[in-house]
Amino acid sequence: MAARAVWLAFRGGLGRRQAFSTKANVQGSGRITVEVIEHLERLALVDFGSREAVARLEKAVAFADRLREVDTDGVEPMESVLEDRCLYLRSDNVAEGNCAEELLQNSHRVMEEYFVAPPGNISLPKLDKQESFLHS
Amino acid sequence: MAAPMLRGVSPVRRWSLAWVDGGSRHRRTSPNGSTSNRIREQSSVAQQPLHTAQKPRKGGHKWAAVVGLEIHAQISSNSKLFSGSQVSFTAPPNSLVSFFDASLPGTLPVLNRRCVEAAVMTGLALNCRINKKSLFDRKHYFYADLPAGYQITQQRLPIAANGSLSYGVFVGNRWSHMATKTVRIKQIQLEQDSGKSLHDDLRSQTLIDLNRAGVGLLEVVMEPDLSCGEEAAAVVKELQLILQALGTSQANMAEGQLRVDANISVHHPGEPLGIRTEVKNLNSIRFLARAIDHEIQRQINELESGGEILNETRSFDPKLGCTVPMRDKEGKQDYRFMPEPNLPPLVLYDTASLPAGADSQQVINIDQIRDALPELPSATRKRLVQQYGMLPEHSFALLNEAGLLQFFQNVMKETRAEPKKVTSWVLNTLLGYLKHHNLAVSESPITPSALAGLLDLLDSKAISSSAAKQQV
Repeated sequence: MAARAVWLAFRGGLGRRQAFSTKANVQGSGRITVEVIEHLERLALVDFGSREAVARLEKAVAFADRLREVDTDGVEPMESVLEDRCLYLRSDNVAEGNCAEELLQNSHRVMEEYFVAPPGNISLPKLDKQESFLHS
Repeated sequence: MAAPMLRGVSPVRRWSLAWVDGGSRHRRTSPNGSTSNRIREQSSVAQQPLHTAQKPRKGGHKWAAVVGLEIHAQISSNSKLFSGSQVSFTAPPNSLVSFFDASLPGTLPVLNRRCVEAAVMTGLALNCRINKKSLFDRKHYFYADLPAGYQITQQRLPIAANGSLSYGVFVGNRWSHMATKTVRIKQIQLEQDSGKSLHDDLRSQTLIDLNRAGVGLLEVVMEPDLSCGEEAAAVVKELQLILQALGTSQANMAEGQLRVDANISVHHPGEPLGIRTEVKNLNSIRFLARAIDHEIQRQINELESGGEILNETRSFDPKLGCTVPMRDKEGKQDYRFMPEPNLPPLVLYDTASLPAGADSQQVINIDQIRDALPELPSATRKRLVQQYGMLPEHSFALLNEAGLLQFFQNVMKETRAEPKKVTSWVLNTLLGYLKHHNLAVSESPITPSALAGLLDLLDSKAISSSAAKQQV
């Protein structure tokens, strides 16, 4: 129901909004700044590594931006594709656990049934020491 | 008047109250006792000499403090929020961990019905609107005790919102008159607890125990309606009593079942709010009050000497009596909230909207839960005042000490002495004795029957009052 309305609006809107979408593309290259890439790399621990990767990201954002052409006035946003399903409620019984040995086998280092981790988060190298391809 | 304005005479003087410190000896001190002594004994190791703290009302700028609390309460349930592993606090490391809790690939969250009921009960007790539809989200951050790299919480649309909590504060400098204040509850949400990190500084490593990972938490977010440590302590105590009365959480701060973070800022009344700091690691009500008051004073001192307040997270060091910046907190965190894709919206019903022929195990009826709510502390106190004619302050004191109310009621059952007499004996003589010997009510060598018998003798004038007191 709601999906159909969106689809119709999209088709109707596309013709009218053509000019808007090309304007968005022109802005493409400057929009993902160095600061944003560095911020994303620290947050998500991904490595953009190269200009091609950043360009791919910009193209992905521009592709997704075309959603803005759809007129969604008065349309209730869909939060989950599962929205029509029932959330199953489990009764409060103990049915799992007691598999410490198995779980600990996954760990590189263990100590007496504890997982061993470095002390606190290891900070990413400081940006000035890092050879950022974006600066070079 | 419990003034919201911080003037020279800081609220520190008044915080030695019954509920703030169950073991405090100051409780029995006369209100006319030396002020400066009490401040010296009670205040944290303040860098400023007393006279600076006591600015005259005219002359100095008035400061107002704004305190907001975020409280995490562990839900009292058999199994965890999204998995069937056991909730227990003394077990071999990593023995109460399921594949889901360890975040192994291919595992999915399955919501625990009891946790939802606990959230609804708590929301109703705090006068919240229960959202018939609520959503789950992922809050991302990296830490070794969070195996998935995200915590499932309810940021966008929590299960309950817009409530209130009423609490009592003593007014003036006589501990005899109570006023009721209210703090607004912004929202209550269900979320997962993280595992436990044990820092091994010797070997420069951290040991991770995931027994606690995935345990259900109720996060109670309050509006910044508070203005000092005393109010915060009263709020936390009242919430503790409510959760314990409901049975939704044992709310024992020392065991980490109730964790409080405080957001604190200061400003001049009429001017915009100041930068706030977050204070964590508050594991007793007493420390909570001290830490908040200390942080308020620290901010005032800093600003008055021309410094500025950083938006940072600080930890309370009970030994030093002051707040210190926490390591490992780099700037503002971006949690990259996103909807939890594996969980549909949580839908709750009331009697009117309950679908016909629904499986009772699979639906939750808010009206049914409301009808089954036990008596809340505020109702109990009201009943005590009506039934026995005691002062409100006494009803607070009876509820604030674990087991004391039951003791009192047992004595009342067996004695024919007047309620006022029983109240006075229980609160003054008995409690004073217990405090002096550092005993809990459950450890009292005097049983309710014994006290009842004693009071009967007193009543029939068989013995004198002083002789009776000696017996105790």
